[in-house]
Amino acid sequence: MNYWKEFRKGIWERNPQLVVGLAFCPTLAVSTSVSNALWMTLAASFVLIWSNILISSVRKVVAKHLRIPIFITIIATFVTVVDLLLNAYRPDVYKSLGIFIPLIVVNCIILGRAEEFASKNGVLVSILDGLGMGIGFGLTLVVLAVAREILGANKLFGYTLIPGMKPAAAMIMAPGAFFALALMLWGMNAINARKKRK
Amino acid sequence: MEIKVFVTILLSTIFINNYVLSRMLGLCPFLGVSRKLDSAIGMGLAVIFVMSLTSFITYPIYKHVLVPNGIPYLVTIVFILVIAALVQLVEMVIKKISPALYHALGIFLPLITTNCAVLGVAVLNITSGFAEPGASMGLLKSVVQGFGGGIGFTLALIIMAGIRERLEIADIPENLRGVPITFITAGLLALAFFGFSGMKI
Repeated sequence: MNYWKEFRKGIWERNPQLVVGLAFCPTLAVSTSVSNALWMTLAASFVLIWSNILISSVRKVVAKHLRIPIFITIIATFVTVVDLLLNAYRPDVYKSLGIFIPLIVVNCIILGRAEEFASKNGVLVSILDGLGMGIGFGLTLVVLAVAREILGANKLFGYTLIPGMKPAAAMIMAPGAFFALALMLWGMNAINARKKRK
Repeated sequence: MEIKVFVTILLSTIFINNYVLSRMLGLCPFLGVSRKLDSAIGMGLAVIFVMSLTSFITYPIYKHVLVPNGIPYLVTIVFILVIAALVQLVEMVIKKISPALYHALGIFLPLITTNCAVLGVAVLNITSGFAEPGASMGLLKSVVQGFGGGIGFTLALIIMAGIRERLEIADIPENLRGVPITFITAGLLALAFFGFSGMKI
């Protein structure tokens, strides 16, 4: 087992959003500011890594036809943990992420990794896989959020960039999210197509 | 309780806060099933039905089971399991009662479990109020919100499918084909729906 390869693949070659095409809902909805994007990355990665650990350690006990309900229950348990932790220690973050915290349950990346990877591989390599996928997910999310926050609010990490300049408010709204992600996907396709031609 | 409240909820879930184009929920089926118009209609009908039924069942569970027993924090686990079981049940019932309907909707039903619009409406029903902000809504209002959300989803899906059927024959730059051009189209649609946000009811 090549540990480095399993860790690395989620960041670029098999990036969850840009290559595989999963988890567009949280990516679009939460990328309104960089701090939201970072917190979402932390929350989703926490759930992803812990569910990978638990699922890969029970993979030999779980009956095959019952695996999906069991995986969903495990994932929902860790989502509840994140939900309670954020509500207790960072109520401001909890409020601004809103329903997208409970919706981590239906984030296709997590169930996808459980089904495709953690249910077939050992604990250590599953942790690395979860870590890589979490970083890949977060990278796309943060890049999108930086672009949207600069253009849509004239801010970065909440600090105003150019005083007195009016931002393009549509970028912080839904339409801007769709356009910005479309451009990112376009760029990714172009890079991959150029690589293939070589 | 007036009829006006229900009209407000319907209008705001269908147009102003459209689940797909404004709240950005349920994007996976929105991208996956919008290639053909008839499959978009089938998926839309299935979602309307499941979202209304989910609202009808999850709201009483929260209000009369979880809250009185002091375990409202289990809401995520309970809701997702209820939705998964519900979708299975609906699938079995439709298969038994109407094979023709099953043939039309059957393949879309399993996909709905992981549709975040369904879990989204269940969570929104207990966290957001229409009449008094912050308060949770009554059962009837929840069902209307689920129904309206489903209609809004279907509307977006059908418009998208109509556009994509024409995009198939258009000459699009190679790297833009597939998901990127769909997102650009969705952005233009969202821009159009954005116009509804100034509407006063």
